[in-house]
Amino acid sequence: MRDVAVVSFAQAPSVRADQLRNEVEILMPVVAEALGRSGISKHEIGFTCSGSSDYLAGQPFSFVMALDAVGAWPPMAESHVEMDGAWALYEAWARLQHGDIDSALVYAFGKSSMGDIAELLTLQLDPYSVVPLWPDAVSVAALQARAMLDGGHHSERDMAAVAARSRRDAASNPNAQVRTPLDEAAALAEPCIVSPLREHDCPPVSDGAAAIVLAAGERARQACARPAWIRGIDHRIEPASLGARDLATSQSAALAARHAGALGGAFDVAEIHAPFTHQELILRDALGLGDRATAMNPSGGALVANPVMVAGLIRIGEAAQRIIDGRARRALAHATSGPCLQQNLVCVLEAD
Amino acid sequence: MSEQVYGIKVPIRLDYTYVVGTAPARFLRGLAQGKIVGQRCPSCAKVYVPPRGSCPTCGVPTRDDVALSDKGIVTTFCVVNIPFAGSAVKAPYVSASVLLDGADIPLFHLLQEVATEDVRMGMRVEAVWVPNDELQPSMNSIRYFRPTGEPDAPFESFKEHL
Repeated sequence: MRDVAVVSFAQAPSVRADQLRNEVEILMPVVAEALGRSGISKHEIGFTCSGSSDYLAGQPFSFVMALDAVGAWPPMAESHVEMDGAWALYEAWARLQHGDIDSALVYAFGKSSMGDIAELLTLQLDPYSVVPLWPDAVSVAALQARAMLDGGHHSERDMAAVAARSRRDAASNPNAQVRTPLDEAAALAEPCIVSPLREHDCPPVSDGAAAIVLAAGERARQACARPAWIRGIDHRIEPASLGARDLATSQSAALAARHAGALGGAFDVAEIHAPFTHQELILRDALGLGDRATAMNPSGGALVANPVMVAGLIRIGEAAQRIIDGRARRALAHATSGPCLQQNLVCVLEAD
Repeated sequence: MSEQVYGIKVPIRLDYTYVVGTAPARFLRGLAQGKIVGQRCPSCAKVYVPPRGSCPTCGVPTRDDVALSDKGIVTTFCVVNIPFAGSAVKAPYVSASVLLDGADIPLFHLLQEVATEDVRMGMRVEAVWVPNDELQPSMNSIRYFRPTGEPDAPFESFKEHL
């Protein structure tokens, strides 16, 4: 395997609704910042890959328009995944393994504010047997939360504790959207939105964008004093049908963690992509994190800023940034996609 | 024998509140005043209309507004002979790419007040606006383009803009 590292990361602050700027206008300064920090010009970048969803924009091929933010001239090698940007990063990492290029630009963007994101996500479910019932994203997540609680290992109090910690951490994250402190006892007295989920268990609706520059070997060392080396990366998927798997556990996250080499050793920081509080608990079990991570989602995670299609890439960026800054030596980053943690990506990052 | 199910109908509707962006918003507000506003790239100096806030060649923000003429050149066109559902215009009609004077990228619009067989590349045309009290932040503020009667522009003058 060729050594590939995250050498720079940039993100737009998550906001509830950017009613002025289009996606390209949000993305452009983010891409420019990531490239600028790396010192690698767009002309040198060997491969560009993005993650986004046309469903968010409500128009086909919106990802092609987003290329305006990069300036695709002279013609460039480019790809796109209709997935969270974390999977675009995986494709770029795989592309860098070919050995003929030394750098890649990865970016993701999404404006969840333009439609009803909870209803829109219904369309990722089975079109024949589930979509006609129109279960929204919160209801589907609530099924999973109920399955987890019925397992008896975690409580609604544990879920509230995840929310409270995320809010506390959000206070020091300028890119976070939800920073109001959470009184756990008072929050637990609130009624459920969809039982057993309360407002604090659910992510905010967010608009945002993020970009990461990857570089290989010596080029990474030139671009960054302390590159965040990708020591392992893997992603696994489970059946789409919600009834075909145990929602209270995450086999795909566990499998990805094993193949990414994430099951051994301690982590200074873990950035876990869990849009709902109960999903962090399920993922902590699946990844076997327990006490192995000193700092758990120090950015506040997707519970305080959840730009759909971007939040997974932000996890890798936040984890890598702590290595680049010298605040961490070894980090775990995780991204999820699909309903109820259907697909999971795990990435292990280390300093030299 | 029970009846076989070969398909089901699942009505799907998603509503969006579309945000055009700051640069397209300036263009649309210009139309409401009977003006066409483009933007110039600070790097390559090309003028885009409608502006989308970025130069797709250079990948940098465009910030300088450029007031454009409502006259221009037909760079290319097509004659629509086949009517289709929802069409607001009776076939045959002409859709044309119009390179406004001062712009580097053509606008796509309807061409009227000319026989379809007389339309040609290089033809000089001008916008026909709706009455002032009907102007709105929409391309509908321009009803269509029509020939000005000026001499055709030489191919050399628009060959880079096809």
